[in-house]
Amino acid sequence: MNRLALFVPLALFAGLSLVLLLGLDKDPTELPSVLVGQPFPAFNLPSLMAEQPFVTEQDFKGDVVLVNVWATWCFACRVEHPMLNELSAQGVKIIGLNYKDQRAEAQAWLAERGNPYRFNIFDAQGQLGIDLGVYGAPETFLVDASGIVRHRRVGVVDERVWNTEFRALYEQLIGSEQ
Amino acid sequence: MRLAALLALCFSALVFAGAEVVEFSDESLRSRYQDLVEELRCPKCQNQNLADSNSPISKDLRREIQRMLEEKMSDREIKDYLKSRYSEFILYRPEVNKNTWLLWGSPVLVVLLGGLILARLRRQAKPMVAKGRDTMANDQRRLNAMLGDEDNRP
Repeated sequence: MNRLALFVPLALFAGLSLVLLLGLDKDPTELPSVLVGQPFPAFNLPSLMAEQPFVTEQDFKGDVVLVNVWATWCFACRVEHPMLNELSAQGVKIIGLNYKDQRAEAQAWLAERGNPYRFNIFDAQGQLGIDLGVYGAPETFLVDASGIVRHRRVGVVDERVWNTEFRALYEQLIGSEQ
Repeated sequence: MRLAALLALCFSALVFAGAEVVEFSDESLRSRYQDLVEELRCPKCQNQNLADSNSPISKDLRREIQRMLEEKMSDREIKDYLKSRYSEFILYRPEVNKNTWLLWGSPVLVVLLGGLILARLRRQAKPMVAKGRDTMANDQRRLNAMLGDEDNRP
């Protein structure tokens, strides 16, 4: 009995090491997504291309879409843009959320780099961003046909992220839509 | 004098932090605002509260909190509003639930464990002292025998 008790500190140490080891793989900057499984928040905002008419969440209801949060001041968005162009070319419907940006600069960006978006919500104050819990652009939300957020990615969506996190779910949602 | 200058340097950051002027219709909201921005965490930063952080998202959230205070929302409602968007991450004082009970309970557990260990050590310590006395008495007896002193037996 006493001899076994000598191993208690070792066991505690091993347990702690295991917990810390598992923690190594986690990204501490990533927040849990509270919006997954919830309806996309209601909004009524101008679009990037024109002051009028306003766009709302009803404008993409009935479709499986990606909502992509971007801005011209966001460096990682530059890296992400070609992938969005490619997805759009494959027929994926992408809605842009231009977040806390300048209208003229954002329009110039799309003219220069190509426009993968069906339309862009122009959220100059970041109000919709707060409702979405956005804390760093780019962010991408997969929204199903009934307007429920099904997946969220904080950070760049590249080939690997699309294949591992989005593709299967997206194809399943598209399949159930038809 | 040098110490005073050093102290002044230490507090200069606080002066800057206070540079952002927040206007309230009712001055009583100010202390609630101050408590909230100090207790809520900046979602973009790892270890700063909303009061300390200069990031754009913190500025926006401070503005939101000010707006909600003006709209007569309670502290509870404001925290729930932010929690439903940014998850529990934003609360520096997390609620007790199935994910956090260990966090909240661990101080109590550690104190209980410490008490248990202490109690055990005390129980074990007594026989050791008694054994020590025996040894001393034996030594005395041997010493007496060696010295041949019959009268001073313990």
